[in-house]
Amino acid sequence: MSSVVISQPAIVDANAPLLEVRAVAKRFGSRDVLKSISLNIASGEFLTLLGESGSGKTTLLRLIAGFEQPTSGEIWMSGERLDTRPPHKRRVNTVFQNYALFPHLNVRDNVAYGLRVQGAPKTEIPARVDQALSMVKMSEFAASRPSRLSGGQQQRVALARALINRPQLLLLDEPLSALDANLRKQMQSELKALQREIGITFLFVTHDQEEAMALSDRIALLRDGALEQVASPREIYARPATAYTAQFIGQTNLLRGEIRRSIATCGALRWPIEEPDGPAVFSLRPETIRLSPDGKRQLSEVKFRGSIKQQIFGGASELLEVDAGDGQLLRVRLPASGPLTGEHDFVFSIADAIRVAD
Amino acid sequence: MYSRAYKTIVSAPPLLWVSLFLLLPYALMFAHSFWAVQDGALVHHWNIDNYRKLLANPLYADVLFRTMRIAASVMLCSLLLGYPLAYYLSFHSGPRKELLYQLVIVPLWVSYLVRGYAWKTILGSEGVLNGFLQYAHITHAPVGFLLYSPFAVVLMLTHIYTPFVFLPIYASLEHIPRPLVEASQDLGAGPISTFFRVILPLSMPGLFAGATFAFVLSLGDFLAPLLVGGSSGTMIANIVQTLFGAVYDWPLGAAISVCILLITLSLLFLTEHLEKRWSFR
Repeated sequence: MSSVVISQPAIVDANAPLLEVRAVAKRFGSRDVLKSISLNIASGEFLTLLGESGSGKTTLLRLIAGFEQPTSGEIWMSGERLDTRPPHKRRVNTVFQNYALFPHLNVRDNVAYGLRVQGAPKTEIPARVDQALSMVKMSEFAASRPSRLSGGQQQRVALARALINRPQLLLLDEPLSALDANLRKQMQSELKALQREIGITFLFVTHDQEEAMALSDRIALLRDGALEQVASPREIYARPATAYTAQFIGQTNLLRGEIRRSIATCGALRWPIEEPDGPAVFSLRPETIRLSPDGKRQLSEVKFRGSIKQQIFGGASELLEVDAGDGQLLRVRLPASGPLTGEHDFVFSIADAIRVAD
Repeated sequence: MYSRAYKTIVSAPPLLWVSLFLLLPYALMFAHSFWAVQDGALVHHWNIDNYRKLLANPLYADVLFRTMRIAASVMLCSLLLGYPLAYYLSFHSGPRKELLYQLVIVPLWVSYLVRGYAWKTILGSEGVLNGFLQYAHITHAPVGFLLYSPFAVVLMLTHIYTPFVFLPIYASLEHIPRPLVEASQDLGAGPISTFFRVILPLSMPGLFAGATFAFVLSLGDFLAPLLVGGSSGTMIANIVQTLFGAVYDWPLGAAISVCILLITLSLLFLTEHLEKRWSFR
């Protein structure tokens, strides 16, 4: 009797995340750079790790790339353990902060590097390199040395080089930070278009919240090595969970006060709220406050009288600094409407005062 | 902008130094090589007989080729020792880096002569090495080829010049941006592939500089052959020394020196070209 080996197809859950970061911590000496991070990334997603310098975002990226080992926790990709593999055996590629193009190789050889070291068939390499170079519009520079290229051009080559291995996950470590403002905006939209076109999952690291908002499907906000909030850009802006998030993402007014007998009191502002008594912090975005020329308000609104301390013209909008009484300063963003002075009535909707954790 | 006077004052000392201690002696040497000796006295008859003698007598060519063979062996051996050492220190030594670096450099503070005599003590027939070989019953009588042979010269010069080879290689390895190494791994290259495709090419300038050090310094060495070389380990500098000192044939000695100088200069020219070709800043 010979035993029959039945080969079973691997059970793949279509909804399973591409990458799972499970309770990963990283300690350098006595410093906890990452404190038990758990994060899932879906296939095809554009996820941004956002945080200040020193928040641990680059360390998390390096753990996924394999340049560092987690102190504890595990990283899984496509149902396989990732963190125990050396970097060259991971189907993850990285676009480095300063591009890290090989100075001794020309553009073509830089892009071909991944295929060559992995032993791709020699006949296949030129066509794939050409394709990758045309994807990033760098075909005419194939013979140039990296030192001859501008920052934006090096950026494109780095992208082509990282994508040629067809990674399951592309890591981008502040790839646009070295570019000037105009070029950065242009590269942002190209990057987003490229990601949609090729459908590869992007994990993008940046400290620039505007960039994160513009590009991402979801933002993971890191603070001191811990995840502060993970949500879509719209949600994280509209419903920040913490005071830190509210301040980091966009501009806001943080109102500190207390709730007593279903009334929230923050300085001169008071409104009804159905929550238990205690101290409370609210985030009120500047653009949710508006002028009330007739001094009227709806039941769902809060009205206050404020004197204008400062007005900053910003093209399409104006930013006012308004004293709501007793020196409580509120920032108010209005559509551009000419110079304003003196006292005015302002209103905001109660629903726009978002209670946040301190 | 600096004033003319300032520029003149600043550049005068090095110019003076170079003319007085480099150009003038070389000019004298060059002139001597075209003069002659008659009845033990130098006469200023311009001729090319010295160079004819060099070509006619195979002894000079033999010694010159032996010298170049020894210099090449020293270069090869010190590269084989120095490069792995520099690579380990730069990439894998971790927190011990500073200490190990000092340990490599320390022998440079020890006098050349002391190290030469130390090798004599180690390699001699009554020496440490022969003592050990007999004690371990590997040999029954002192081994002769250890001392007073080209082998001993290569060994001693390798010991002395390995730090000189190590230093430029180490410097060039330290200058390789580490993200390049990570990028290579990231793209799928293992450690060996990364070494040959990224690290080695980017350290070539240091390697050329180190190789030149070892070769050129060995080429002109006369103490190592004097101390441990014996008659079979004589090098070209010993001949020059004898011609100037014992034989008192300065013109012939100068002619040999000019030849060595030309070899050295063309070598420096070549390595400078190579270093430029392999630097990508």
